[in-house]
Amino acid sequence: MIDRIAEVWGTRTPYEQDQRWPVRVDQKLAEGVGDDDVDRWVQSACVLCSNGCGCDIAVKDGRMVGVRGRATDIVNHGRLGPKGLFGSWQGVDNKDRLTRPLVRENGRLVATDWDTAMQRVVDNSRRLLQEKGPLSHGFYTSGQLFLEEYYTLSVVGKAGIRTPHMDGNTRLCTATAAASMKESFGSDGQPGSYVDIDECDAIFLYGHNMAETQTVLWMRVLDRLAGQNPPKVVCVDPRETEVARHADVHLPVRNGTNQALMNGLVREVIVNGWMDEDYVAAHTLHFDELRDVVEPWTPERVAEVCGVDADDVRRTAEIFGTTERVLSTVLQGFYQSHQATAASCNVNNLHLLRGLLGRPGCGILQMNGQPTAQNTRETGADGDLPGFRNWGNTDHVAELARVWNVDPLDIPSWAPPTHAMQIFRYAEQGSINFLWVQATNPAVSLPELARIRELLHREELFLVVQDLYLTETAQLADVVLPAAAWGEKTGTFTNVNRTVHLSDKAVEPPGEARSDLDIFLDYAHRMDFRDRDGNPLVPWSDPEGAFHAWRECTRGRPCDYTGLSYERFRGGSGIPWPCNDEHPDGTVRLYEDGVFPTDPDYCETYGHDLVTGAVVGEQAYRAMNPAGRALLKAAPYQPPHEEPDEDYPLRYTSGRTVYHWHTRTKTGRAEPLDRAAPQAWVELAEEDAERLGVIEGDIVRVASRRGEIVVAARIGRGRQGVVFAPFHYGYWDTDGVGPGEHPRSANELTITEWDPVSKQPVYKVAAVRVDKVATGDGPAPAPTTAASRPARPGTVRPTVGGSEAMADERIAPVEPPAVATREEHP
Amino acid sequence: MKLPVYLGLLREAERVLAESFRQVADGHAAEPDVHFLSHTLAQQCLAHYEALDPIVQRYGEARQEDEPERLHAEGLGRIRSGPVGLLRDLQDVYMLASVVEITWKLVGQAAEALRDRELLELVARCHKETSTHLDWLKTRMEQTAPQALIAAQ
Repeated sequence: MIDRIAEVWGTRTPYEQDQRWPVRVDQKLAEGVGDDDVDRWVQSACVLCSNGCGCDIAVKDGRMVGVRGRATDIVNHGRLGPKGLFGSWQGVDNKDRLTRPLVRENGRLVATDWDTAMQRVVDNSRRLLQEKGPLSHGFYTSGQLFLEEYYTLSVVGKAGIRTPHMDGNTRLCTATAAASMKESFGSDGQPGSYVDIDECDAIFLYGHNMAETQTVLWMRVLDRLAGQNPPKVVCVDPRETEVARHADVHLPVRNGTNQALMNGLVREVIVNGWMDEDYVAAHTLHFDELRDVVEPWTPERVAEVCGVDADDVRRTAEIFGTTERVLSTVLQGFYQSHQATAASCNVNNLHLLRGLLGRPGCGILQMNGQPTAQNTRETGADGDLPGFRNWGNTDHVAELARVWNVDPLDIPSWAPPTHAMQIFRYAEQGSINFLWVQATNPAVSLPELARIRELLHREELFLVVQDLYLTETAQLADVVLPAAAWGEKTGTFTNVNRTVHLSDKAVEPPGEARSDLDIFLDYAHRMDFRDRDGNPLVPWSDPEGAFHAWRECTRGRPCDYTGLSYERFRGGSGIPWPCNDEHPDGTVRLYEDGVFPTDPDYCETYGHDLVTGAVVGEQAYRAMNPAGRALLKAAPYQPPHEEPDEDYPLRYTSGRTVYHWHTRTKTGRAEPLDRAAPQAWVELAEEDAERLGVIEGDIVRVASRRGEIVVAARIGRGRQGVVFAPFHYGYWDTDGVGPGEHPRSANELTITEWDPVSKQPVYKVAAVRVDKVATGDGPAPAPTTAASRPARPGTVRPTVGGSEAMADERIAPVEPPAVATREEHP
Repeated sequence: MKLPVYLGLLREAERVLAESFRQVADGHAAEPDVHFLSHTLAQQCLAHYEALDPIVQRYGEARQEDEPERLHAEGLGRIRSGPVGLLRDLQDVYMLASVVEITWKLVGQAAEALRDRELLELVARCHKETSTHLDWLKTRMEQTAPQALIAAQ
């Protein structure tokens, strides 16, 4: 047994390059439950980050009582992270769960039955469709539902209601991953695989605090680092994260300067002749333009703008340029900054320049934030067209119309889909009057919360919220629909490296809660959506039926699911797409042949100008004749729009802690996790704290032009001049919807701005000032185990979990699994 | 030679376009993408304006009566409000940017004929940026037009 709150990454199982990662089976059972007490184990995968760890759910007397990693799963080889161990069933088996629908009566939410609640939803839909048409409707979904649910939602929204206003909170977490791959390679689709960690000589983490956001993936890196021939590690992050501590080079760039650094690294690779010129000539376009754009970015200029050492920039470039097998991973530090797509495309550019793609150890992982975000993207629940089809390509729209048996004109495709921030703007302006939010909490997670709360509150907005709990957002709703959680329904989902898992239903949902799929099907039925022959638009009635329909929708597309089935998942591991006749075991890596999905008839997008987001258009795209070559997309560095000044002299960034997930709806209700990080805090660098006269635990006010928070200060090891706040803390367990007397939500301070291409909001660049308001009565409630570790060790009691946080580890009970056996070893 | 007339016309149009982008940026500050991008594009226009200076000096200022047409590139005047107002303002800027774009094109033709390498390099850069201004305006208008014309109050 091991305390997995204190030992976040558990016991090391070192392994050498090109060996398979050893199995370690992690298990947590409820207090008083032993292995023999478990009635049955139900196959699933974890939904508390984007890693996609295969797991089994323990069931006893109709309740979930435990979880363990699946030894045979190709993603996690048996492991689970603290959130999976302590926040999976514990986060949903809770007395606070919504068990009945609620409707607003005389200003208050009151319990009702499904008929009444759904009739109210349908009545409002019909009224608005009649009065204003489909543009009155918006859908804001999640990265938490299952594939079958998203696909059903996508059909309902696009061909039922016919609105272009569909997006998910994936816009906040993963939109740039999709955008950068579309721009560089012509389509979404992760080039690399987690297996590349086993094989690489160097791993670059760009704005990716993997140690806290994907703990199990980081275990894989730690085990490589503990073995023979460890890879070199390069970390780009203004904070001194666990990743930074293990790095050979740490570049603590000023937040808001990523593109300057990336232009500098690209330039170094070019001027030092580290390019693979044959690969560039055969497989890419626009090299000259890229070379010209990066030309001014000498290491010295990078050093000046980014605030790092010029020699470190050179060393970083040299590691990239001269190491045989390099893996790069990218996440929110890049995605949630301005110039997000441009900087992420530059990671792709580096790999394209050296031809480091589609080979063992040579991968790119443009990470996702959430467990099922990939499916939001694939199915078009984020507004895109399903199956990575191109909204600008009339043949693609016609093909989709055939799959759905509707008129092509029924599918809104006249312009890019409306992104989340624009949907909320339309709601603010009163042109969207019906907003249906599922499994996400915009009243805490969107930027500039005062504005969001105000617009969600509006009388003229009919707000439907579908969730497990009465979140801050749900409290503002007109109708609240109680949803079934993970373990209470069946469906599939796909992780960062395209691996599809099945999650079976283990127990019944509480009270009258229903699966999101059943809710969408009920709505479709009540709205009586029909295809062009008068048959039901959504003909399926269960998850497997939805999966079959989806499979057909993906035929011939990059995310081809046609070789997958529920039957194939059961008993085994997840399988990475494309999986079809050509790749019957799935596909480990994309682009082995250097042929990219950029063909104009096949690509998902004709691309955008990275500075403005202007669409390139079909004619211009065809004129480039991409013919399967990747695109080296370039953009000059631009300073952030809000830089420190006299009034707001510090740089602000928000982010995550290892113990919490999103707005804590689950993890805040899981004892060991909640205790490890019970309250909001803010991190100040030692030098800044000294200047402000603030010591560990003092209460400070952090103010931006949008609002303020008042929280305890952790004196940490971040970059001087940079202030960090965790974004998890809202008000459901304090004052309800909003801050009241105790503002603590990181997004009170963030700016309303987004990347021009991916439309991902800018959470990591803003200007703030900090003032001390009171002396603290002890250390800040921040964990000591990861990036929020105090600057002075020994001054704060270490974070431990105690008896409730003890979990089992079984090391190497079986041989490690291999991914896509026939493909790897024909 | 009437090229100086066109250079003067172009420089003036860039100034007016910069001013108009700035007006749109400030007048529609509640649309963050319009706000920030219009400021960025205004700066680009000003940079074009300034980059034309040495060329204008070299070819000499045109005399007032040499102007070949009556169509003056005028700015937006007053900014409009609301979703349709935004659409109309962007459309006006689009017209201005179109004048700038075609003028660069024509100046570029003359530069080719004169084998003026310095001017050709400037035209290549500025014409491309102006084309992107048009692409962005078009993208943004197309995205917003249905909502403004059908659903907005």
